[in-house]
Amino acid sequence: MLIGTIVDGIVIDHIPAGRGMELYRYLRLDELSCEVAIIMNAPSGKRGKKDILKINEVIDLNLDLLGYIDPHITVNIIKNGERVSKTHPALPETIRGVIRCKNPRCITSREQELEHIFKLTDPDRRVYRCIYCDTRAK
Amino acid sequence: MRSLIDIADLSVEEIDDLIAKAEDIIADPDKYAEKCRRKKLATLFYEPSTRTRLSFESAMIELGGSVIGFSEAQSSSASKGESVADTARVVSCFADIIAMRHPMEGAPLVAAMNASIPVINAGDGGHNHPTQTLTDLLTIKREKGRLGNMTVGCCGDLKFGRTVHSLLGAMSRYEGVDFVLISPEELKVPEHVRTDILKASGVKYRETESLQEAMRSLDVLYMTRVQRERFISEADYVRLKDTYILTPDKLTDAKPDLSILHPLPRVNEISVAIDRDPRACYFRQVLNGKYIRMALIMKLLEVE
Repeated sequence: MLIGTIVDGIVIDHIPAGRGMELYRYLRLDELSCEVAIIMNAPSGKRGKKDILKINEVIDLNLDLLGYIDPHITVNIIKNGERVSKTHPALPETIRGVIRCKNPRCITSREQELEHIFKLTDPDRRVYRCIYCDTRAK
Repeated sequence: MRSLIDIADLSVEEIDDLIAKAEDIIADPDKYAEKCRRKKLATLFYEPSTRTRLSFESAMIELGGSVIGFSEAQSSSASKGESVADTARVVSCFADIIAMRHPMEGAPLVAAMNASIPVINAGDGGHNHPTQTLTDLLTIKREKGRLGNMTVGCCGDLKFGRTVHSLLGAMSRYEGVDFVLISPEELKVPEHVRTDILKASGVKYRETESLQEAMRSLDVLYMTRVQRERFISEADYVRLKDTYILTPDKLTDAKPDLSILHPLPRVNEISVAIDRDPRACYFRQVLNGKYIRMALIMKLLEVE
């Protein structure tokens, strides 16, 4: 399958297979007007399969979130057809409005307009907890 | 402007300062009688709690301040659907400090994020109850003369018992504290308490189902009630509620200077016959609650 080469843009690579669409929604790529390609189940030397997102523009993205999805994801910035940087996003300290607290006793379950916010409480085990009730994110 | 939502919001030094202040209030209450004159405490109690509410109110009155508020959700705008955030903003216009009890976990944090005055968490569901923990710490300090180098037994509902979770967190920051966790299998401490508090702090602890077996090693015995309101199944509550009942014969092996604490209210887990034993501290503990809340109110209002 052929996808056009990016001149200026972002390639998010090594996304766990099957999670590309989820990431597309989290990053709100549907709100962009530039070309965006989702490649699913691309062959991967390390994992067998992977997903890739290609965005044909260098834009501000909430890249912190990628670290939460998977620390092996890479973010490649392309300028003038050349890769100018390749990074593994760090685990974000806080995740807002993405994961939802499932605890029925949490105030977020009663007050629907409250933003769901999770904080990183254990970086080694990648544990996030709801700031309101301390329930662990699943 | 600071709030107190979780006991972990306070450093060990701040807790020690609060305890020292409370002890000074106990020694000379007249010195503090006008410290909060013209200040108002709003007690926003969305669920009933006689003891905590009266403790906060009497604390503010003894500091020369006054009290406004409500004692159940039905008599507040919550019954009309007002959010906690809006209530906190509105009450900020009338009062100088808020004490909030709410059945939903995290509600006092939401209030603190939206109020322009300090908020004290007076209990949010089964989650946090930091002023109870301060009360417990003051009581242990006054009874034992120290907060480290002791064996503390926690007995009863260690799963839903938020007072136990907070006490474990607070006491594990002091040197030489060992815990004995006494509960039936179904009411053992939850995983997050075990990993985030006990294992993270490296404190020594062991778990047992036998109060009798643990008794001889304890310096402090913290009894808890199996709380009906925390159970979804009535059958589970009935099955577990009488698991541990402290009677005089169970104290046979106890140390002569054991301190028995209980956050109250008790149902039947401590026999009234124990009340006459000098080792029973739970009514002195209630009184300590008022003094530590006085110290806390002063701290958050930045009153010297």
